[in-house]
Amino acid sequence: MNDSRENLAASLRTALATIVLCGGLYPLFIFGFARFATPESASGSMLRDRTGKIVGSRLVAQDFTQPGYFRPRPSAVKYNAAGAGGSNLSPAGPEIRERAVKTVADFGADAQRPLPADLAAASGSGLDPVISLKAALFQAQRVASARGFALADVEAMVSRHAEREKIFWIGEGVVNVLALNMELDALQNKNTPSRP
Amino acid sequence: MQIVMLLLFLALPVLLSWPLGRFMTAVMNPSNTSGDGRMSILIGTIGGRMLEREEEWKGYLLSMLIFNAVMFGAVLLMLSLQHLLPLNPDGKGALEASLIFNTAVSFVTNTNLQHYSGEVSMSYFSQLFALTWLQFVSAATGISCFTALARALGGNKLVGNFYRDLLRSTLFILLPLSVIVALLLVVGGVPMTYEGAAAAQTLEGAMQTISRGPVAAMVAIKQLGTNGGGFFGPNSTHPFENPSFLTNYIECISIPLIAMATVWMFGRITGRMRHAAVIFSVMLLLLVVKSVIALTLESSPSMAFSGLPIESISNLEGKELRFGSGSAALWAAVTTATSNGSVNSMHDSLNPLTGMVPLAGMWLNVIFGGVGVGFINMFIFIIVGVFICGMMVGRTPEYCARKVETHEMKLALLALLVHPLLILVGTAVFASTPWGSATVLNKGAHGFTEILYEFSSAAANNGSGFEGLGDNTVPWNVATGLVMLLGRYIPIILPLAIAGSMAAKKPVPETTGTLRIDTPLFAVVILGSVLLIGALLFMPVAVLGPVADYLSTAIQ
Repeated sequence: MNDSRENLAASLRTALATIVLCGGLYPLFIFGFARFATPESASGSMLRDRTGKIVGSRLVAQDFTQPGYFRPRPSAVKYNAAGAGGSNLSPAGPEIRERAVKTVADFGADAQRPLPADLAAASGSGLDPVISLKAALFQAQRVASARGFALADVEAMVSRHAEREKIFWIGEGVVNVLALNMELDALQNKNTPSRP
Repeated sequence: MQIVMLLLFLALPVLLSWPLGRFMTAVMNPSNTSGDGRMSILIGTIGGRMLEREEEWKGYLLSMLIFNAVMFGAVLLMLSLQHLLPLNPDGKGALEASLIFNTAVSFVTNTNLQHYSGEVSMSYFSQLFALTWLQFVSAATGISCFTALARALGGNKLVGNFYRDLLRSTLFILLPLSVIVALLLVVGGVPMTYEGAAAAQTLEGAMQTISRGPVAAMVAIKQLGTNGGGFFGPNSTHPFENPSFLTNYIECISIPLIAMATVWMFGRITGRMRHAAVIFSVMLLLLVVKSVIALTLESSPSMAFSGLPIESISNLEGKELRFGSGSAALWAAVTTATSNGSVNSMHDSLNPLTGMVPLAGMWLNVIFGGVGVGFINMFIFIIVGVFICGMMVGRTPEYCARKVETHEMKLALLALLVHPLLILVGTAVFASTPWGSATVLNKGAHGFTEILYEFSSAAANNGSGFEGLGDNTVPWNVATGLVMLLGRYIPIILPLAIAGSMAAKKPVPETTGTLRIDTPLFAVVILGSVLLIGALLFMPVAVLGPVADYLSTAIQ
């Protein structure tokens, strides 16, 4: 009897100490470091416009529908960054094919100009912030004509934004969609300063 | 390319496991008490007088069960009261009762099957004080029980003190490693904040609510402790849990690290390094085979796109582009070899045959396995292998200089059969009733695989899922909750009982007639017993699930 009481007491003391350490102090220490070393990304890599308003996170995809913007990968959760998720559809199933047929039509892809695969497949989080370099160049013509830019200028901008994960030569060339679109807007504002 | 990937992601944890195994042995089983001095004082202050006792296996397990019950009670309390507790900037509400039960069981048993979505349901208090805490102490429970097993097989009747082991592994192994990994993740861009969700006005003028939180701290321990429960619903596919190729690398190599080190630890504690090397190579071989199969199968394009004007490259559905090709397949293989269960792609959207790779890992559950418990599972296969060899040559089988007799074998078979029983019975019941059939997302064989995967994951204490399954229902929450409990504690209790009973026997001198356990031949024996027993039991459901799924879609 005395034994099990002692056992329970040890359990409670151990639990309490580890709760304070693992749930309290450990995260607090990491938080302190993040605050000091990487304040921007610590609170979510938010991007702001000139007035300081948050327009999104560099790490999180947002919906773009207008032809003058580059579009991100499809999202099964409609780019809901407060409830992320993938389609969970079988890649051999009929639902996914129906969606792909619509996407192909949306982008006006055909056999001569096939759609880059990442634009046809939804990401796991529904929030993948990047598209492949190929997928960006695929959309460059549409963006350029919608904005009245020269195609070469837009393509040059895409190439500037291409991040190649330079580690171990494994990553593919990718482009951050939100950052790219923000630069497009900035350029537009510079060309036509009268526009708000 | 695939070979580079494979080397990159597997070589580093293998290399690191050696010094880590040495370090972990020094922490858990200090040979000289003086080096243990300051550590002991700290631990003694926390745990009190109880910690001075050296227990036999029964006492050790009793302490373990009492502490795990306290863990369960504490988290039930915290989750039930989350809407009243602090650190809830986004005002998360109360949780449903069966979900609380399922979540508490899930994190106490080191499973981290999540029938909720973190950013939708959990306050920061729940994430940190309830779930992250359990990720530490449930992993530490596994490491402690494993250490006790190793001591018993090293010939000790007294296997140590559970509380002491738990505090040692939490304070001096899991915490320091988590700090290192969390700091690296922070540098890699993972958020760590107590602020609530951010409100953004997108370039097109829409409003986007962006959930965030103290992510880095949780991700580090979820990877290291083979927990797998993420901060966000879609786990490490979420850009805040895993922003880049580099963070993906750090997280992926953290998965098998401690489980690998425990094998070396076993060698050191029992003084049988060559035997440990034999076990390690069997596990590594299985892991490499599994990874190669996953990489190969997953490099074929989505079948649903055939004939459409879409560039024909590897299947990208449910995958994140920023990790590079192949890293999803590799992660899927590693996370289910160990009982981690975090994901960096949606397993439901893997190619039909690839889906079998994670399933096979969870069925065997010994390819390094969960921290500590992976080795404990392997111990059962070793005992069976030793027994079969003994029978073949007509000699009483021995393991670690102790006889393996009827009593041990009865327990071993029981331990062996619990796992398939839980998976197959559960799947059968749910596949044939609306409990399961009404909750699947994909139809036909793929839907069957969703049910099969859920029970495999619960029984193996893995925690990953074919997430198309609508599993936050009362039947699912209760059934998987029970499966997780049985799948956790029976495979810890029975092996410790076997080891304890062996430790109580007189050692038999090793002669030329003794089966050598440190030779390549013995590796073949273990491999055989793992594959024959582990794999054959699941062949029928594999055919009904992923194989039928593949055939029915490939033939169209």
